[in-house]
Amino acid sequence: MINQFFTCQSCCQCQFKGVGKTRASEIPTLTDAPHVARARTLARRARSVRASPTMAECGGLHSGSRRHTMDKSITLPPDEIFRNLENAKRFAIDIGGSLTKLAYYSTVQHKVAKVRSFDHTAKEATSDELYEITMQEEVTARLHFIKFENAYIETCLDFVRDHLVNTDTKVIKATGGGAHKFKELIERKLGLRVDKEDEMTCLIKGCNFVLRNIPHEAFVYAKHADSEFRFQTTQPDIFPYLLVNIGSGVSIVKVESEDKFERIGGSSIGGGTFWGLGALLTKTKRFDELLQLASKGQHTSVDMLVKDIYGGSYGSLGLTGDLIASSFGKSATADKGGFSKEDMAKSLLHMISNDIGQLACLYAKLHSLSRVYFGGFFIRGHPVTMHTITYSINFFTKGEVQALFLRHEGYLGAIGAFLKGAEEDNPNQYSWGENYAGSSGLMSVSPDMNPMQRARSGTFDMLEMDRLERKLVNLPLLQDASSYIPDTVDLTEDALAREYWLYCFEEALDGVVKRALASQPDIPEAAERAEKFRQKYRHKLQTLRHQPFAYGSLTVRSLLDTREHCLNEFNFPDPYSKIKQRENDAALKYYQKAVQSLEELSWEERQFALVRGVLAGNVFDWGAKAVSDVLESDPEFGFEQAKRQLEERPWLVDSYDEWFERLKGPPHKCALFFVDNSGVDIILGVMPFVRELLSRGTEVVLASNSSPALNDVTNGELQILTESIAAMDPVIRAALGEDRLTLVQSGSSSPCLDLSRLDKVLAMVVRERKTDLVIIEGMGRAIHTNYYAMLSCESLKMAVIKNSWLADRLGGKLFSVVFKYEVPAAGIDSPALTPS
Amino acid sequence: MDTAESVVDKKGASGPFHVNNGPSPRGFHGNGSCCGGGSSPAAPEEAHHLHRGGEDAECNGSPAKRSRLRRRTESVKRNRPPFPWFGMDIGGTLVKLVYFEPVDVTAEEEQEEVENLKSIRRYLTSNVAYGKTGVRDVHLELRNLTMCGRTGNLHFIRFPTQAMPRFIQMGRDKNFSSLHTTLCATGGGAYKFENDFRTMADLELLKLDELDCLIRGLLFVDRVSFNGHPEGYYFQNPSDTESCVKKTCTLDNPFPMLLVNIGSGVSILAVYSESDYKRVTGTSLGGGTFLGLCCLLTGCETFEEALEMASKGDSTNVDKLVKDIYGGDYERFGLQGSAVASSFGHMMSKEKRDSISKEDLARATLVTITNNIGSIARMCAVNEKIERVVFVGNFLRINTVSTKLLAYAMDFWSKGQLRALFLEHEGYFGAVGALMELLKTSEDP
Repeated sequence: MINQFFTCQSCCQCQFKGVGKTRASEIPTLTDAPHVARARTLARRARSVRASPTMAECGGLHSGSRRHTMDKSITLPPDEIFRNLENAKRFAIDIGGSLTKLAYYSTVQHKVAKVRSFDHTAKEATSDELYEITMQEEVTARLHFIKFENAYIETCLDFVRDHLVNTDTKVIKATGGGAHKFKELIERKLGLRVDKEDEMTCLIKGCNFVLRNIPHEAFVYAKHADSEFRFQTTQPDIFPYLLVNIGSGVSIVKVESEDKFERIGGSSIGGGTFWGLGALLTKTKRFDELLQLASKGQHTSVDMLVKDIYGGSYGSLGLTGDLIASSFGKSATADKGGFSKEDMAKSLLHMISNDIGQLACLYAKLHSLSRVYFGGFFIRGHPVTMHTITYSINFFTKGEVQALFLRHEGYLGAIGAFLKGAEEDNPNQYSWGENYAGSSGLMSVSPDMNPMQRARSGTFDMLEMDRLERKLVNLPLLQDASSYIPDTVDLTEDALAREYWLYCFEEALDGVVKRALASQPDIPEAAERAEKFRQKYRHKLQTLRHQPFAYGSLTVRSLLDTREHCLNEFNFPDPYSKIKQRENDAALKYYQKAVQSLEELSWEERQFALVRGVLAGNVFDWGAKAVSDVLESDPEFGFEQAKRQLEERPWLVDSYDEWFERLKGPPHKCALFFVDNSGVDIILGVMPFVRELLSRGTEVVLASNSSPALNDVTNGELQILTESIAAMDPVIRAALGEDRLTLVQSGSSSPCLDLSRLDKVLAMVVRERKTDLVIIEGMGRAIHTNYYAMLSCESLKMAVIKNSWLADRLGGKLFSVVFKYEVPAAGIDSPALTPS
Repeated sequence: MDTAESVVDKKGASGPFHVNNGPSPRGFHGNGSCCGGGSSPAAPEEAHHLHRGGEDAECNGSPAKRSRLRRRTESVKRNRPPFPWFGMDIGGTLVKLVYFEPVDVTAEEEQEEVENLKSIRRYLTSNVAYGKTGVRDVHLELRNLTMCGRTGNLHFIRFPTQAMPRFIQMGRDKNFSSLHTTLCATGGGAYKFENDFRTMADLELLKLDELDCLIRGLLFVDRVSFNGHPEGYYFQNPSDTESCVKKTCTLDNPFPMLLVNIGSGVSILAVYSESDYKRVTGTSLGGGTFLGLCCLLTGCETFEEALEMASKGDSTNVDKLVKDIYGGDYERFGLQGSAVASSFGHMMSKEKRDSISKEDLARATLVTITNNIGSIARMCAVNEKIERVVFVGNFLRINTVSTKLLAYAMDFWSKGQLRALFLEHEGYFGAVGALMELLKTSEDP
């Protein structure tokens, strides 16, 4: 929370003095501060940003403008950093000891695919098509957060000013210890009034925001585990928690609600102590270098251990011999020349981490809090300190409390300051989502972890969050929302699965690019965008190969979502729109025939045929590589053929008998059906099944994606399809008319399904209708996610496995069937939802 | 309460050593709790009176009383361990040694006394320094104390743990093993050096738990008082440097107390009775850390030197205060501008590093360590719901900067709820406790 350290003390306008001097006077040496070396590299690659008069003046103050020209040429990769500045408003800045975080709100205009029913009365249908697809410009709100070293602050402010086209913003919210030092510079450069906000308030606001809106925000750090980062599932209720902010000193804050928090304690032994004392002891100036020294040292030569006093352990107290009895206890007696810098730094690191951990535990115990988050520059992105703090917390609480860290910890202040300034927009009434395409991911600027990414964006780290159109909430039918984990396999932990899926997505990339291009045949620059998409997504995949933890737990879902975000980024909102359209049209023609043949069956036969229909329909999936190959090579691959492809019973997972028995019983009150693909799947598989449910007297709520993902049917498309079917089918027509068949959007735009982030309206309908059956269809929604989801009512998960690797893993084969009918164990209470 | 007679009769149950040899009826019948294992402490005034002048009491009184007394002393004598009586606490940095010098040695006894026993007694009592590093804290000597029926002076000696090998060597040279005494030792060194004592000096240590000894010794010294003066003290008006004064006190009704023992490291105990206590926590930031860091930062070599420097320094040149960051108080959180925000926080800047003195660094180190101990102790007191916090350990020796700071920190942060107490024999309670164990164990035949 407390900041220091500015290289240029004499001239507060010019933060580059130190950099310039170094560069002008000497060739690079190993003793160069890393950021200097980096600045130099950047300068070499740079395209120059137009020099500002202010900079020229400033240059005059320091003999010779040459080096300032060079300083000035520290250039930002403009297509990545500070995007969407044209529409930016509501700026906020958080200036810390070494890093600046800039936040702004902008609106992003991007294309969306909309479907619209042809008005058949107004004009002669020129084609057989049921609906038309239009590309519309839609405006969505996005939050941008950029983090960079303080050395770049002037360049960045210039850049922002030069690109800020159209803004009526007058104020910039500022926080952080450096805010007052740069106040004048910011006001002059941007022409905005600096409005300072309390640091701790901003921090807490930011923390609440990320905990609420970013899944997998918090993680446990386990140095020696297979995956160092163990991400926590989002809790329905984030309060109360303890935030231990380790800046120069330590502040311990208890947060009880959005607006209620209290600094319950603190300590003066913090990051500043490590840095200051470390600098004195080791003559090493930089914080990062001190940490590096510490990570190489052995503290046992400096510290007095229990075994140094006891010769072994102190058994009666359970203190093992390796515990530190007295930090630096050996340095008073031993030969002083004998201590290496590394050893002293290590001892100091342990001393400070243990001390903070101990205090945190005492406060957590006193206030009965079990969620303890750590932040501040001492922690930020440093595995070394996360490890020592974790160790300390484990020791002092005997494992009862886990130290939690945050992926976006460095942004909390900036987010909070931004939120303070945006209160009139009511940002907290919306749900926000991390945009994987525009965010750098955890550890992006850690030099040894990802050299590739570093070369691309230098020291710039970004977070972008999209405002979701609707507020997202938990499905009220989850048995235990706090323990619900959508994803079936965590690829962060499962290295084999990770390797396969990353390979799989990379292999599929060409096809996706082709598909994207094909969806916009008349737009000339589409090829260029498609290529950019390819590069971006490939780069994301490469990053994830090295840092599977970059965006929280890596899952098939996150890989799919990242692809959707990247497609949207380059204005390919719906690559499958035309295919979906074609297939919907084709399938509709077959609907009546399909229904008719089902009607002819006996009740028993029909129930089975309906299930087989849903499963066969689900084979039609462009998202699965095995199938898309077939689909592409053989467009005649028909519904009947699909049925023949299906595995014979007994299926891989087969509870059809139980389901059949259940059908003999009373009808369900209301079924919630999460649908999957367009075309055959929805029209010939799902709709007849729904029709039967309706005929039984069960109300049906069809939940489909809010926006496109692969060939999944969207809510917009489903509206039109349902109307067309209603026109042909009196059962559906009546149900629509009587409001027994309802279409809702899921709030999702993913081929997978996170039941903890669903549209608020859906949740409301589910409650109102007293839903007692949830049907989840498809590999993405019922296998990659939700396979183990426990619901408080009956559930049916149906999918065909269209991936041989996955089939193999589950002990089946290609086109194996999962039919999982579950009834919650007796005693599960859901009073609000059980019809009485 | 036991009467003197019952003490004698039930000595097996109550322990054989007597802090009180006074025959006065008031002493025996009024107080009675004269045994180490006793239950309640004597009121200070009375204790003061009782612990002195035993000899003349022996000669006075009625024949019946004298005979009763003789019976008692003899019965005790039968189970008394042979001299010399030592209690030893071998810590991480210092060895603390208490030595009981009998002053009631009869001529007959003197004749029987073996030569090396005499020489030990003479060596210890006629010197105040031993070798280069051994020191006798003369000002702490407890005079005319009666233990186990014998009257004598209790001497307090310390030397660095590093000198332990030489000490053991001396034990061998003086043929200590021929005296057939049990060497009661506590502290980690009792375990670490056990084998050296055995192989080098043919001595068997009786190893004792350091926390047991600490509590027993502390309660004993408080009970017998410091040569008639209370053992404890506190600071009145700790928040005000002008009117802050040291006041003596005894530990009346000492339980529960939070006992903070600051040696090389720190142990924090919640004590509910002499035998019922738990170690709440500890920290490795203790006296050893202060001295260790001071040596590295200033090149000093001894605790005394480090404290001397610290007394002259100004920690605000080294530490970053709240006002250095906020320009004044941080009112939102009720933090005073003068509070330390970041210990050594100024040292992040090179200019500041180049401009501070060694004295400033020593002071900052002392303040940092002390405040941290105070902070942890306070949290423990709150968590354990204990209002009395007693600080002991050799870190506090000649260290008024720390004692005052601790008193201030307890008072300020608890808004007057907690009181910090200190004891004059700071670091010696473990050794005293070990000696008491010697006198106790000898009762078993």
